[in-house]
Amino acid sequence: MTGKNGNTVCVEKTEESELLERLDEVLAEYRNKPGALIPVLQIAQGIFGYLPENALKHICLGLDKSYSEVAGIVGFYSFFSIVPRGKHLVRVCLGTACYVRGGKRVLDTLKHELGIDVGETTPDKIFSLEVARCFGACGLAPTIMIDNEVRQRIKPTKIRGILYQYRNQYTNSNKGE
Amino acid sequence: MQTLTIDNNKVEVPDGTTILDAANKAGVNIPTLCYLEGVQAIGACRVCLVEVKGAKTLVASCVTPAANGMKVNTNSRRVRQARRKVVELILSDHEGDCQTCDRNGDCELQEVAQDLGIREIRYPGEKSRRISDTSTEALVRDTAKCIQCRRCVTVCREVQGVAAIFPQDRGFETVIGPAFCSNLDSVVCVQCGQCAAVCPVGAIAEKDQIDDVWAALDDPDKHVIVQTAPAIRAALGECFDYPPGTCVTGKMVSALRRIGFDGVFDTEFAADLTIMEEGNELLMRLKRALVDKEEVALPQFTSCSPGWIKYAEHFYPELLPNISTCKSPQQMFGAAAKTYYAEKIGKRPEDIVVVSIMPCTAKKFENRRPEMNDSGVRDVDIVLTTRELGRMIKQAGIDFASLPDERMDSILGMSSGAADIFANTGGVMEAALRTAYEIVTGKPLPFKKLHIKPIAGLEGVKEASIEISETVPEWSFLKGVTLNVAVAHGLGNAKKVIERIKAGEAGYHFVEIMTCPGGCIGGGGQPRMTSDEVRKARIEAIYREDEGKKIRKSHENPEIKQIYEEFLKKPLGEKSHYLLHTEYEARERV
Repeated sequence: MTGKNGNTVCVEKTEESELLERLDEVLAEYRNKPGALIPVLQIAQGIFGYLPENALKHICLGLDKSYSEVAGIVGFYSFFSIVPRGKHLVRVCLGTACYVRGGKRVLDTLKHELGIDVGETTPDKIFSLEVARCFGACGLAPTIMIDNEVRQRIKPTKIRGILYQYRNQYTNSNKGE
Repeated sequence: MQTLTIDNNKVEVPDGTTILDAANKAGVNIPTLCYLEGVQAIGACRVCLVEVKGAKTLVASCVTPAANGMKVNTNSRRVRQARRKVVELILSDHEGDCQTCDRNGDCELQEVAQDLGIREIRYPGEKSRRISDTSTEALVRDTAKCIQCRRCVTVCREVQGVAAIFPQDRGFETVIGPAFCSNLDSVVCVQCGQCAAVCPVGAIAEKDQIDDVWAALDDPDKHVIVQTAPAIRAALGECFDYPPGTCVTGKMVSALRRIGFDGVFDTEFAADLTIMEEGNELLMRLKRALVDKEEVALPQFTSCSPGWIKYAEHFYPELLPNISTCKSPQQMFGAAAKTYYAEKIGKRPEDIVVVSIMPCTAKKFENRRPEMNDSGVRDVDIVLTTRELGRMIKQAGIDFASLPDERMDSILGMSSGAADIFANTGGVMEAALRTAYEIVTGKPLPFKKLHIKPIAGLEGVKEASIEISETVPEWSFLKGVTLNVAVAHGLGNAKKVIERIKAGEAGYHFVEIMTCPGGCIGGGGQPRMTSDEVRKARIEAIYREDEGKKIRKSHENPEIKQIYEEFLKKPLGEKSHYLLHTEYEARERV
């Protein structure tokens, strides 16, 4: 693999077929289990980082589900994404408790700091921003969730520092190379 | 049994009966929108609310079982106000465009609003997004008119097993449609139109092509002829308030003449032609399997129903060799009209316009299939549904009830009783066997009135076995063979039969599949609403039409004999092969 332009596409394709093979293993495991669709979608999103059309169609065939239903489920739950996401997903809770305790201001600050709108990904592909409805941590409002970690009692002034911790990993490792 | 009181009337109903059904029994009418008898009861629209004494809230009567001692009030002030508010809220998010809507005057939402006395929409505000989808040949969707009752979703998934549509997105953004709000032509939709047949409003309907027909009729250089499918005559009357099951063949013919068609012909002629070809094809397959010991695709499946063809192309491409290569009667008619008939009247095929009246929306897709041009031009030009013909007759200002009974024109207008029954489930099978059995044995089909009872009626999957005890010499290899046949209607039932065949559990020789429940008489283009009661009435009308004919078998139709003598020469011959047979293409499963 020379990494030249002509080969990059080839590498990506190989990668996708490898990922689809991993998905096939998951499908084989879940094939005859009731209620398999949502767990499989979650695992697939873990494998691909999002839910590409090819993966969804694979899932339809593997679980004998219609594409309309699978798409309906994917569209219903905000957790699922059909567009590629950044390395870290920042989700801002706008459930009732978080909203009244300043969730909206937290969201506005994040938009400003990241320079993107809800549903978008930063140009450096590090952060994606989403809105969520309640993480079940209302006593700690306002909350945000970065990847699988819930951050509590967020003040807008703290946000730059939090983002720095994540962004820093990449700038440091880049310097190292 | 459960005994309850509805509006002070005592009613006794079997266990599991809903309040809605119990009220119907007591003669009390409860309005509904999402409910669909035998198909869906989900309590989604909340129009059927009633008050049950002791219950905290009003309950949806379509999903609440009647219970002993229940006191139900269907007409309290609270109920009236709640129902009205529910419908006002539905209307507040409904871009009705009533005056220009296809469903004006035939809309369940209009009717409910009228019955509830709604004169004002008190909830102005944002409306759901409009996605207009005109991508398919057969159907148009308009999500702004959709009230999200989900009838179409249930019919498409549960009855047809196609599942082309499902609720997409969430909350106010919810849209009923194909995956990710794409267009119908990009998914597995078979264009059967059962969704349009059950839609309470104008959110899914057939693509209206009446103006195309008027334009052809107004063109002095065109010779415009029309064919009518068997199922039309048993349903068209419903567009003019005749009770279901009224056969209006004669009036239909005179209405078509008054509209201005240059020739009024019968798809039934082509149905008889189909039997000649398809019956012989079956016998040929059996001969190749039994005598020549060749690998032959059996069972043979019928090919008249274009929704079924597209379904097989998507979901069972491995079965395409099993499907009869015969074109459907509609397409056989077109090919014959633009060759055989064109020669007779001395016209070029490009100067003839063939219009079909079909009970079916998928026929609008079928006639646009690229391969359907064996006459050198498009074999069938325009397809109208039964509903569109009803509207066209009204546009022409024809008083249907006062029309005289007239007869179809010759030479594509004569038909046998076997062709009539193409309209209902079991009919194509029976028609084929009336001819095939007689070819093989030299004797008529040994059933009372020629009806194969086990394959008639509304059961989803039906089977019959017919023993061939003696034969004419040519077919002696079939002596002692028992012919096993199966009949399924509704694609969900088709799937059951196919899965049994694939699992090796059924050894059929011939299988009839009709896309729509009840067959073509219950097609997606028929007058609304088609309940099982309506299906039965239409089927009875079709059997009466069949029994009233002197000629009951396709091979005895003199016009069929004539077309073979003068033009086609013999079934499965060279000309037949070129004009009357076709092939299929595998399509994507997802």
